Amino acid sequence: MAINTDKNSYTIIFAIIMVVVVGSILAFASQGLKGNIDENKRVEKQQNILYALGINENDESSVTFVSKSKVAELFSKNITEQLVIQGTKVTEDNEAYLIDVKKQKALAKDPSYTRELPLFISESKSGTYYVVPILGKGLWDAIWGYVAVDKDMVIKGVFFDHKGETPGLGANINKRFFMDDFTGEHLNNSSGSFTGVVVTKGNGDPKNINKIDNKVDAIAGSTITGNGVTSMIKDELKLYIPYFKTLKNS
Amino acid sequence: MGLLSKKDAKLIMDPLSDDNPITIQVLGICSALAITAELEASIVMAVSVMFVLGIGNVVISLMRNIIPSKIRIIVQLIVVATLVIIVDLVLKAFAYELSKTLSVFVGLIITNCIIMGRFEAFALANGPWRSFLDGIGNSFGYGLILILVGFFRELLGSGTLLGYKVLGDPIELTGLYAFGYENNGFMLLSPMALIIVGLIIWVQRSRNPSLIEDE
Repeated sequence: MAINTDKNSYTIIFAIIMVVVVGSILAFASQGLKGNIDENKRVEKQQNILYALGINENDESSVTFVSKSKVAELFSKNITEQLVIQGTKVTEDNEAYLIDVKKQKALAKDPSYTRELPLFISESKSGTYYVVPILGKGLWDAIWGYVAVDKDMVIKGVFFDHKGETPGLGANINKRFFMDDFTGEHLNNSSGSFTGVVVTKGNGDPKNINKIDNKVDAIAGSTITGNGVTSMIKDELKLYIPYFKTLKNS
Repeated sequence: MGLLSKKDAKLIMDPLSDDNPITIQVLGICSALAITAELEASIVMAVSVMFVLGIGNVVISLMRNIIPSKIRIIVQLIVVATLVIIVDLVLKAFAYELSKTLSVFVGLIITNCIIMGRFEAFALANGPWRSFLDGIGNSFGYGLILILVGFFRELLGSGTLLGYKVLGDPIELTGLYAFGYENNGFMLLSPMALIIVGLIIWVQRSRNPSLIEDE
């Protein structure tokens, strides 16, 4: 049985069948696996927030999150309060960590909308820390992370991740050698106003001993990703400044 | 070779050296430049491409008699894209950590010209078993070069291999660094990958002059 595959009608029918078949396979796969994928993403958010607070299973050089089985328990134990800040309104919301920062950022382009800013508070004997989710642009795609700070804007820990930065270069923002440098860095300058932390080349401090210079050492060959990290910290944390001011006054 | 006939074995062995997709066919150069700054990324990419090319070749080969020749490139593209997306979804659902490592490569796999090249040049004209061997052979040849380039770039660029500091610590000044050795930052940039690929091509052709194209 030889089919004439050159006929226009055959080509069109083949194309239609192909689209329908492939479309349904992908739709089924995507719907069928959605539950699992969403659950994984939820767990990941909790793991990331805990990581920024320094709650992880790191050994000397690896990045290891708390295991999936322990994450729910540790999260509810360590995150004592979850807030949503919208303008001057501050509400408590136990699912604040599920707020889609990207969506909020997009909505905020409309000046009449006030962004919902999630904030996670960890209160324990060792002190009170505030975890802020941040989101920005790298070289190729989105970069995001969590920054844990105390009320004086000194960084307790950070977690960064990326969607598609160059492996070996910008992708290294989620490696220990980069993230660990931020611990202890001051977000405020010496006169006490907010400046952020700048990822910079050649500041002559590769071991990052000077913690009050608002600078960390960049990764060679990934200037644009590094600049992305700088502006993501500055632009997103800036939004929380009014809230931190109220902490100081109370 | 009990398992493979001589002709079949050639399908696997040829792309490793004399018909290497990167150094002889000059396909897949873009990904060879993009992701070889680290050995680990090179290995991940090599395995992913092997998987997609092996299965994709079989699928295209099975469909070869019914694909309308006018839209065959689009059909090939759809097959690769579907495969890659399904693999990505399954990994996201059941091996989330791994899927995060791989997500960077998804786009690069779909656009890898070796895959389209093998579909077009081999799978459309050969049976599924031979197409499968051809896919595996070519991705081996591709992976071999990727790993070679990744090895030199990571070793000379960052002084590490798979993240282990094999040459000592550049900040604490231990190992080789104690004698004034410095990492070559240029190695981490794409032009150096091209130069390493060039060196490999040079070595290969000077050892086997029959590979040199006639003027």
